[in-house]
Amino acid sequence: MALVRRKFDALIIGAGGAGLNAALQLANADMQVAVVSKVFPTRSHTVAAQGGVNAALANVLPDNWHWHMFDTVKGSDYLGDQDAIEFMCQEAIPTVYELEHDGVPFSRIDNGKIYQRAFGGQSQNFGGDQAARTCAAADRTGHAILHTLYQQNVRAKTHFFDEFFAVDLLRDDDGYILGALVLEIETGEPILIEAKATLLATGGCGQVFRTTSNAHINTGDGMAMALRVGIPLQDMEFFQFHPTGIAGKGMLITEGVRGEGGYLVNKNGERFMERYAPRAKDLASRDVVSRAIVTEVREGRGCGPNADYVLLKLDHLGEEIISKRLPGIRESSKIFAGVDPIKEPIPVYPTAHYVMGGIPTDRWGRVVVPVGQGPEEVVPGLYAAGECACVSVHGANRLGGNSLLDILVFGRSAGKDIIQFLADYRHHRPMKEVALEQAMARLTRWEQPGSGPSVAELRAEFRKSMEDHAGVFRTEEFMQEGVEKLEEIRNRLSQVRLKDRSRVFNTARIEALELENMIDVGMSIAVSALYRKESRGAHSRPDYPKRDDANWLKHSLYSREGDRMDFKPVRIKPLTVPSFPPKDRVY
Amino acid sequence: MKFRVFRYNPETDNSPRMQDFDVEPFRGMMLREALMEIKKQDESFAFRHSCGEGVCGSDGVNVNGGNKLACITPISELKEPVVVRPFPGRPVIRDLIVDMTQFYRQYKEIKPWLIHKDPLPDQEVLQSPTDRDKLDGLYECIMCGCCSTSCPSFWWNPDKFLGPQALLAAWRFLADSRDQATEERLSELDGHYKVYRCHTIMNCVEVCPKGLNPTKAIGHIRNLMLKNAI
Repeated sequence: MALVRRKFDALIIGAGGAGLNAALQLANADMQVAVVSKVFPTRSHTVAAQGGVNAALANVLPDNWHWHMFDTVKGSDYLGDQDAIEFMCQEAIPTVYELEHDGVPFSRIDNGKIYQRAFGGQSQNFGGDQAARTCAAADRTGHAILHTLYQQNVRAKTHFFDEFFAVDLLRDDDGYILGALVLEIETGEPILIEAKATLLATGGCGQVFRTTSNAHINTGDGMAMALRVGIPLQDMEFFQFHPTGIAGKGMLITEGVRGEGGYLVNKNGERFMERYAPRAKDLASRDVVSRAIVTEVREGRGCGPNADYVLLKLDHLGEEIISKRLPGIRESSKIFAGVDPIKEPIPVYPTAHYVMGGIPTDRWGRVVVPVGQGPEEVVPGLYAAGECACVSVHGANRLGGNSLLDILVFGRSAGKDIIQFLADYRHHRPMKEVALEQAMARLTRWEQPGSGPSVAELRAEFRKSMEDHAGVFRTEEFMQEGVEKLEEIRNRLSQVRLKDRSRVFNTARIEALELENMIDVGMSIAVSALYRKESRGAHSRPDYPKRDDANWLKHSLYSREGDRMDFKPVRIKPLTVPSFPPKDRVY
Repeated sequence: MKFRVFRYNPETDNSPRMQDFDVEPFRGMMLREALMEIKKQDESFAFRHSCGEGVCGSDGVNVNGGNKLACITPISELKEPVVVRPFPGRPVIRDLIVDMTQFYRQYKEIKPWLIHKDPLPDQEVLQSPTDRDKLDGLYECIMCGCCSTSCPSFWWNPDKFLGPQALLAAWRFLADSRDQATEERLSELDGHYKVYRCHTIMNCVEVCPKGLNPTKAIGHIRNLMLKNAI
């Protein structure tokens, strides 16, 4: 049967906040835009974001974007690019107002303005008192935003390919991206979508770790697709472990709990964050709080029968605040931890949450790669935004509330840039049939009969290895062992066989394709982590406990071919304000 | 623990069948985890799921006769054998996966987006906390479909009756102080079927995994329609 071919101006892969905000710009400008998503759009993982989105609206406490910028640079442990950070913090304000106009049901304060809560790493006046910068819809902000963006796209008549899985990008000899091969999950039929511009907005890859706050779908598909067409991934060693996952389960308990006044205690009832971050305490940056929790547990001050978690106490906030501001958390705690936080503390432990690294882009969402010894160049026709991208605004550690902001600002920015790109780029380039055959081979590989290890077996082994060897604390020897294990797992992948090779809604086939993606992305994390010999932000090496700006104030780039590492400078110069030079980072 | 799950693959099965599985339970195990365990035993078993914490709305299924979200249903609360079927009244694609096209179509039918006609301010459109409170119990819908697929009126007239989910969404916009399309919305909801096929059977309220009350929302719509008619 002949392959079905469709043509669009723009193809967006992923229907979370970044993809939908980009799609909305394009659809509002009457472009032909296709959104491909492996799940129905409102199932995308943006839906799970709880606490809120940062913007210096100054509705609750004094604020301005420059303070937000300082906090983000400091939070990034000075690895973030300051031009992109300045852009994001300025754009935050109109972006949030635009969302409100689109219909997001933000919580409100008495004067009718958007409610803003305190979050970790936020300050007034460049490191002064706690700020309140996180715009919230109770503790369901991501849900409220994702549904609103979907609704607006329905209004704007965006063309959705719901439950289509993106297999591979297609790239021609001049380096142009021509679109993607996708698989209709319901029928098992591949379809070629040709586009003048393609945006990867596929989100994160938390599923590479066994215990994670991330959904089953967060398998790093877009990052792996980029790797396979020769694009490196940037700063993949920086993976955020959120301090407060439900112990043993991984579901998230928002930082907003601590923003509203909750705090952590160890088995002695001690509020231990006072020792690690005397000023910010429980609202120190996430990397700092996660390390503190792991240290408490390792030193024998954990709670519970196995002394393997700490407690998050919020009963003192009272039922009214909890029901009003944190209703979703109360529900989750009851269901998954069996405790009602109005009466009892919640058992928590760090959970794999967010990848700071990703596909390197500029602040217009254009994918950029190094070319020879010269400056980096744009990959024509390819964009990336959101968690799968690395602009880089989060550097070595992301601040809470900056993730929703990142997807919205850069999704919007990419959408607007694609509109301009399309104005100059009127025709589809000819399809490179060899690239298409290679992409098809990725599908036919799974048609091989015979027996071998199952996807589930290899996946379980892989995720455990990642957790054991690339977790919160990382030493040379242990990571080296991890990389070797991953190499062995990667080799064994070719022996894996599907028992079920049927066509209709074959989720086993999807999981096999996802496993391939996860292994590529997992390898990029492990190899990058082994390479960086310093401690910075979320990357914590007991054998190199200090940040080393002389040697390591640079972005890493991992290429799949030969597991090669390369580097590029951090952009220290902002757009309009003076640089924030690296300083010791204390909270 | 014994599970009896609905199986149907249109490529290999002439008709649906039920298949038994044994799953080793652990403390705090949710139905989704049991289904994942079944998939480990037989990878051809298909069901939708994603977030695992009750917010994405992917894994609605029919369990022991009632619609539930698998990821927040503890198996300790279920009687054995646990009988798991796809949502009733929807065409089955495969195993527990049903075709939800009609459900989404009804949602789109109510124009589920905010319509604000006045010129927009530079900042946010103001809304008092009291007005914002009116959206609680409405905006939290995750579109899992548990309600509409347990509604007999939706079973009989899925093309004409909008169903509890879409009507809850309709009221979410009617109730929003920022929305300025009340007249149009009401006139589009008018007629014998779209709203009025609700016979307050209240299955929707009983099954909603988020504790929402579509029947009440439908009542509000009817009251507003009446008020406007007078």
